[in-house]
Amino acid sequence: MKKNDIFLICGIIFIIACSFLLVFAFRSEGSRVLVVVDKEVYKEFDLNENTTYEIRQENGERNVIEIKDGYVRMTEASCPDKLCVKQGWIRYNYESITCLPNKVYVRISGGEEGELDAVAE
Amino acid sequence: MKPKRIALYGLFIALAFIFSYIESLIPIPFPVPGVKLGLANLVVVVAMYGMGVKEAFVLSIVRILLVGFTFRDPSTMIFSLAGGLLSWLMMAVFKKLKLFSMVGVSIIGGISHNIGQIIVAILYVNNTSIIYYLPFLMVSGLVSGTLIGLLAGLVLKRLQKFFLYEK
Ligand SMILES: [Zn+2]
Repeated sequence: MKKNDIFLICGIIFIIACSFLLVFAFRSEGSRVLVVVDKEVYKEFDLNENTTYEIRQENGERNVIEIKDGYVRMTEASCPDKLCVKQGWIRYNYESITCLPNKVYVRISGGEEGELDAVAE
Repeated sequence: MKPKRIALYGLFIALAFIFSYIESLIPIPFPVPGVKLGLANLVVVVAMYGMGVKEAFVLSIVRILLVGFTFRDPSTMIFSLAGGLLSWLMMAVFKKLKLFSMVGVSIIGGISHNIGQIIVAILYVNNTSIIYYLPFLMVSGLVSGTLIGLLAGLVLKRLQKFFLYEK
């Protein structure tokens, strides 16, 4: 190993630490759940609405999402890797669960919009 | 091509193949698209320093095609290709620049591998918020890149005579 390698490692650790700090400092709780299938918004839910929803595509692929107490997770999927199911619960804005093989993703959004609505009311 | 060179290619491809298989058995700590341990990258790093940049390229492409058709859905091959190509390109550039040793180059390769995969994943499903998981991907790239760099150093040291003789 050269001295430069150590600099590189330190630099990368620094970048990683900063990005984690940014993520944790600016994260906010979302209010909406967006379900996107094949690049198009398929369905939208309120994050506080406890429900289970099945996404069934024409090609036979399916994914099941569960929304509970402000959290969302993928409970079932027809994809081979099941990475989406293993990811578990998400709740913060911009967090998402992506099922690449099925071209499906669920994303949390709208923390700010929720606040705007509250002001408007 | 000399017979010995062909034998080396065969050996490396077989090794990369086995690593890819082992990798598919190990559960990864962050189940986010794009995160891979990149064990097979060890073979690419060894080939790059032991044989050459071009040889590493051939090996990397052949491995991805073989593994893609054997263990995985061929439609997901674009992710491996994006990761493999970006990783190879960045390693080739930084090897030439001689700024870092093999460990540094391997770290750059590991991180580029994950970044390449995440870029294609973002385009594929049109989910820009995958970028939120970039810090996790960098951690995994850094750890696997460092380990692979150190291991590749050991392997090359052991096989030094073999590679020198080959040239
Ligand atoms: Zn899935």
